Amino acid sequence: MQNTDLQTLWVYLSTSPLTGLTITLVAYLTAYTLHRKTGTHPLTNTVLISVILLILILEVTDTEYATYFEGAQFIHFLLGPVTVALAIPLFQQFAQVKRLFIPIILSMVIGITVGTIAVMFIAKLLGADLATQISLSARSVTAPVAMGIAEKIGGIPSLTAVLAVLTGIIGAVLGTHYLNLLKIKDNSVKGIAIGNSSHGIGTARAFTLNTSMGAFAGLSMALAALLNALMLPWLVKGFLLVTG
Amino acid sequence: MKANKSSGIEFLFGMTALLIFQLLGEVSVRLLDLPVPGPVAGLLYLLVLLLAMGKFKRPAPESLEQSSLALLNHLSLLFVPAGVGVMVHFQRLEEEWLPITVALFLGVLITMGTTALSMQFLMRFFDKKAKKSS
Repeated sequence: MQNTDLQTLWVYLSTSPLTGLTITLVAYLTAYTLHRKTGTHPLTNTVLISVILLILILEVTDTEYATYFEGAQFIHFLLGPVTVALAIPLFQQFAQVKRLFIPIILSMVIGITVGTIAVMFIAKLLGADLATQISLSARSVTAPVAMGIAEKIGGIPSLTAVLAVLTGIIGAVLGTHYLNLLKIKDNSVKGIAIGNSSHGIGTARAFTLNTSMGAFAGLSMALAALLNALMLPWLVKGFLLVTG
Repeated sequence: MKANKSSGIEFLFGMTALLIFQLLGEVSVRLLDLPVPGPVAGLLYLLVLLLAMGKFKRPAPESLEQSSLALLNHLSLLFVPAGVGVMVHFQRLEEEWLPITVALFLGVLITMGTTALSMQFLMRFFDKKAKKSS
């Protein structure tokens, strides 16, 4: 009797979207608290910790990703409006952007071109298949845009989203040390470089270090979304033409 | 009593505006077959509107600022569901772990490095040019 009660409860919990949504928020808040407690150490990145916690929970309870996503999609959905919301920091920083317009756009175009070709070339050289190479090209764009681009150029949208999140985590963890190593001092330069290489997750990290760096990173991720959407179809087509 | 800002109606207005612009973006991209994703088109439309309002010395509406900041402050959270999707691709990642790992790490370092160094160079270059011409 008690056993069947528990069983019906389990069936309810394992199929209700409420569970996926709730565990996502609990995992994030746990990760967030840990991040605070360790003095915002880059290795306790909130996305990284949340993802690990959630995968452990799903594996232990033998839950499919699709079932989990029924609930988590309510959070995932907000990636659309948050992309539109990037217009606000862009607008607020517009005077700065106008002043530095040419260096910002040129350096971002250079970074995207060199980075994309390098990434696709490395992947091809080390034996990744074509779908992986194309999906990798959009890795440095914020997830919703990356998925949209991947769909248009023949990548795998869900794989691209994962690669984008991983790229963001790597950028957030290594970014500031690396830029210090390159002896970059200017916060506007740091912000632009972080946003262009590791989008929203890098930007979130930049905001915890310095508001101006964060604003530039936010600006850069918004511009990167636009530039990548325009450039990647051509870059990928060109790369595939040259490498056959 | 003054209007209570914590009633959340500002946030609701802002969210609605963001969704309307996303919708405009998605619809126009599909109708005109534009090469950019819908939310990016929505971002552009909103930016153009804000800049046009700025011409008449109007700041960004507070409701938009509030809801945008609320979303942007917890940007990390929004990436979590997509990140968990890594479990669907475990097999591909197992087969291609080497190219993917190397490409991701070097991709970040190369993109970040070339962007930072070229921007630093270009800023100095344009600074010098500006000083010379003045």
